[in-house]
Amino acid sequence: MPATPVVEAEPRKRWLSVLAKAKPAEVAAAWDGLAQQPGYRVLRAPEIGMVMVRGRAGGTGDAFNVGEMTVTRAAVRLETGVTGIGYVAGRDRRHAEIAAVVDAMMQSPDLRPLAEGIVDPLETAQLQRRDAAARKAAATKVDFFTMVRTRGPAA
Amino acid sequence: MAYVAVKGGEAAISNAHRWLAEDRRGDPAVPELGADQVREQLSLAVDRVMSEGSCYDRDLAALAVKQARGDLPEAIFLMRAYRTTLPRFGYAQPVETAAMAVRRRISAAFKDIPGGQVLGPTFDYTHRLLDFRLAADGMVPDAAVEAEEPQTYPMATIASVFDHEGLLESDVPSADTGEPFDLTREPMSFPAGRDQRLQALARGDEGFLLSLAYSSQRGWGNTHPLCAEIRLGEVAVAFVPDELGFAIEIGELTLTECHMISTGAAGMETAPQFARGYGLTFGHCERKAMSMAIVDRALRDAEEVEVAAPCQDQEFVLYHSDNVEASGFVQHLKLPHYVDFQADLQLIRRLRREWFDREAALKEAAE
Repeated sequence: MPATPVVEAEPRKRWLSVLAKAKPAEVAAAWDGLAQQPGYRVLRAPEIGMVMVRGRAGGTGDAFNVGEMTVTRAAVRLETGVTGIGYVAGRDRRHAEIAAVVDAMMQSPDLRPLAEGIVDPLETAQLQRRDAAARKAAATKVDFFTMVRTRGPAA
Repeated sequence: MAYVAVKGGEAAISNAHRWLAEDRRGDPAVPELGADQVREQLSLAVDRVMSEGSCYDRDLAALAVKQARGDLPEAIFLMRAYRTTLPRFGYAQPVETAAMAVRRRISAAFKDIPGGQVLGPTFDYTHRLLDFRLAADGMVPDAAVEAEEPQTYPMATIASVFDHEGLLESDVPSADTGEPFDLTREPMSFPAGRDQRLQALARGDEGFLLSLAYSSQRGWGNTHPLCAEIRLGEVAVAFVPDELGFAIEIGELTLTECHMISTGAAGMETAPQFARGYGLTFGHCERKAMSMAIVDRALRDAEEVEVAAPCQDQEFVLYHSDNVEASGFVQHLKLPHYVDFQADLQLIRRLRREWFDREAALKEAAE
């Protein structure tokens, strides 16, 4: 059984982020639309838990605990032996499991093109949503103008 | 005195809960409200429940609002109870609010803040007139206007603008701090550090903090704050899973952040500068974030000057800011206190007997 190939952290961070930020329904639809789904075994069944979110005093100072967020995690192993993990905000078990499978696929050279067919459109959708929000925000930017005031004669 | 255990009321309680469920549903001729409708259309109620329930999950908060019939402190209680059933995977890395994808960012103190005054989706400047069109079904609002050029990120923070002049106190991480205080793992302790105070304020009751902030503005521990910056938008949450050993983004949160500034009590050792108060909440909770920032500022004042008002007193503020605790202690008075009352009755009867005896003796002596 081949060991899990060593994938650099940076590209992996990118697709794990995309998978986590995607809407559960989008992820499920993309998975269901896959021409060929690889076989896999669940190493860690999707588990719902929490992560404590932290902020910084004044935005930049010492850390403090703000409150928790729900998170679901899962781990899978493809038939090829490559393992993948999913850590996604919320309580959607299927979202976490699919994210883990896609993570493993992205690490497998032969399955990667198939997985990119899921990750890339999800990223595009996120960028489009972000862009739309940024355009709406820009439309609410205040244009200051100075009123021309005529002063009366000095009293 | 023999102790008599009293049991009963099971049928009454069960029937009361059935009636509650019927009342929650309201008139069956009116369509039932879906939790998804609450999530999408009562989103600020959802935000408050996430914030003070101290658990970010829009679907859960929406369900809590529906179950609590719109009673938000009750919904907050439901969230707090639910979170105790889940395991904790760990602590996230601190969110970078400077990198926020800002939907709203204003500075009331500094007109020319770089990036401009971005109003976002706000109630500000609305006329607060009831809009009866909303009472009619099927009204589709006009789509929001999208500018040609999107807002660019990150937007400069108020602190970064004045950093080089040292006009604003800067918050930098201290060298040797351990893990931040965690109220969900440790009991409240005093004197409370700023980490403990900020966590308590972040989950504190909006109404309580609003009134404290107002009292401060009106002179009870005056901080004379100015609103340096408010921002609302999305930030990524990064977490280091054990399996990986490096940080990955596990999702995105909507947060509201507020910086209040005021001229502080200048010490002799540092040059005069603005001191800052900080507010941070889940979701869009602007009134709460502003109140939190003012109260944080007032509590910091108490590090320098003698406590002169409730908002500066950390024990007063922190022991009374949690609405689940406050509500529990006030509302427990509804539960049977038959034995307490019996004891009080005996006491009052005895005191009255003694009083009448004394009065009678005095009267007799006078005659």
